[in-house]
Amino acid sequence: MAYDKFSTLTSTAVPLPIENVDTDQIIPARFLKATERMGFGDNLFRDWRYNQDNTPKADFILNDSKYNGKILVGGHNFGSGSSREHAAWAVYDYGFRVVVSSFFADIFRGNCLNIGVLPVQVSADFLQKIFDVLEKDPKIELKVNLPEQKITLLATGESESFDINDYKKNNMTNGFDDIDYLLNIKKDIQEFAKTRPF
Amino acid sequence: MSAKKTLFDKVWDSHVVHQIENGPDVLFIDRHMVHEVTSPVAFLGLKNRGIGVLHPEKTFATADHNTPTTNQHLPVADPLSANQLKMLEENANEHGISYWGLGHEKNGIVHVVGPEYGITVPGATIVCGDSHTSTHGAFGAIAFGIGTSEVEMVLATECIMQPKAKRMRINVTGELQFGVTSKDVALFIISQLTTSGATGYFVEYAGDVFKSMTMEGRMTVCNLSIEMGARGGMIAPDETTFHYIKDREFTPKGAAWDKAMEYWQTLYTEPGAIFDKELTFDGSLIEPMITYGTNPGMGMGISKDIPTSDMVQGGASTYKKSLQYMKFGEGDSMIGKPIDFVFLGSCTNGRIEDFRAFASIVKGRKKADNVTVWLVPGSHKVEKAIKEEGILAIINEAGFELREPGCSACLAMNDDKVPPGKLAVSTSNRNFEGRQGPGSRTLLASPLVAAAAAVTGKVTDPRELMQKEMA
Repeated sequence: MAYDKFSTLTSTAVPLPIENVDTDQIIPARFLKATERMGFGDNLFRDWRYNQDNTPKADFILNDSKYNGKILVGGHNFGSGSSREHAAWAVYDYGFRVVVSSFFADIFRGNCLNIGVLPVQVSADFLQKIFDVLEKDPKIELKVNLPEQKITLLATGESESFDINDYKKNNMTNGFDDIDYLLNIKKDIQEFAKTRPF
Repeated sequence: MSAKKTLFDKVWDSHVVHQIENGPDVLFIDRHMVHEVTSPVAFLGLKNRGIGVLHPEKTFATADHNTPTTNQHLPVADPLSANQLKMLEENANEHGISYWGLGHEKNGIVHVVGPEYGITVPGATIVCGDSHTSTHGAFGAIAFGIGTSEVEMVLATECIMQPKAKRMRINVTGELQFGVTSKDVALFIISQLTTSGATGYFVEYAGDVFKSMTMEGRMTVCNLSIEMGARGGMIAPDETTFHYIKDREFTPKGAAWDKAMEYWQTLYTEPGAIFDKELTFDGSLIEPMITYGTNPGMGMGISKDIPTSDMVQGGASTYKKSLQYMKFGEGDSMIGKPIDFVFLGSCTNGRIEDFRAFASIVKGRKKADNVTVWLVPGSHKVEKAIKEEGILAIINEAGFELREPGCSACLAMNDDKVPPGKLAVSTSNRNFEGRQGPGSRTLLASPLVAAAAAVTGKVTDPRELMQKEMA
């Protein structure tokens, strides 16, 4: 499925300074029963966000009206665990377009890129700066510039560059889709398939 | 002079259809395993594109994540689960894919049935919308979990776009102590590397400990590769591997077998090949392991005390939050902690060998009154073997019942949920907060540790129970 084009984004951000945030927290398994990609944002961080009686937990960041925006900032090793793309869907469906962390789990990072959420990996120091600044002032904005591969903390002007391979960058910038790419080389794939012994 | 190749290089390079400069490789996939939870949106994607499945004969579907583990002959009561199962059946039928649904004799957990029926072979590339696909690497295959967009990609094109991972080799040398299993080896390695220590790498396991392991043991180790962040894990195929796969339903036969064997025997890391990272551990130092926190890296020898926050890598606040969730204190001993639930099963430890291990401890003993115990075979084939080998009689005699196959309480998508606050010893793969049910608390361990907990009602070093029998 082709997705939204992404170029630059300037937004406030939601800080989640917890390490090893796993996909079972992002979207618990009991919410994976849908057969369409709809409504996952409602259950993003379900068990951190709501009590068992479905009342919001006042101390969780998504329930704090001071914090909002299209950028989620998480601690080291964000998205570890399962391959469920539903985790990335939940992040997207809630309204986030960028996740910032000092380290991402592999499959989660790939899933984000495949659905149009940009994972931005920064240094541990820069991540801490973002957390510190956001803690003091929730209105501070971050600017994410994909063409220049740069993230800037607008309050201080400090910035860092981030990595993304040219192919994925081109896809995200233009809203291109992997499957379209592969369907265009289908003949090569079919020729290759003939060489496989089993 | 050509560079020496690793096992991973050999298998990966032979599947590259196309290389994209400063981008991913287009990798051909030999086997695609599909289950009900991560596939419906992928099939919907095909429909929206107006295309079909390129290689239905390389695609296999089984129902496992959502299925009940009792009364499987009845209609599934949960309407959402029932709908997902129905969708998978319809999608499989529409596209000509083999479907091993509920009640089918080959039904079971995707990573248990794949190897059982010889779908898993050395040198193959295998993917599934499930992170524990790394299990199949035990056969010298490249196997890894993928997201739903990628499931659609593989259905549509039999290819995946992935950058080639870095290479890591983990050697475990020497001989394991009495009472130490493949699960303990894996939990030990993860405790050393943390849950992100192998992110970005594909791991090859080497050394005497893996050489002397059964295929079941190797599957447990490779299964848990993802828990240290690795893309996957693999072990070079050897006589143990070839013996296991020979004459299974989908493995090559006759001349095709001989030809395949010629190739499979080339699948090893050449001496002098370079790894981006290499680690070596002494296997004789590993104890039976248990986890105490909320990720699989938070594990230790069962006789040890929970580390204090100043001793661990990473942030102290996350560590404290984790122990607070578990209701444990820094410096606590795990031995003697009362247990509410025991779960034996999952793609990690739901194979026949795991039930043999469990039975070896509960034989002649009785289930502790304070524990609820779920014994869930990984497949009907495992279930059949449990009955045929007399294991069912042993566990029934000890007061336990056997359930029907499925993923069950590993991820608690069905009714097998550990209630809030309750403590479970589980042979599965993840102890994340709420993994086994909202508010549940999980201790990951081997089938031996699970059995010891099931008969004593508390965390118990299984070697104590085993030594008695040896005397």
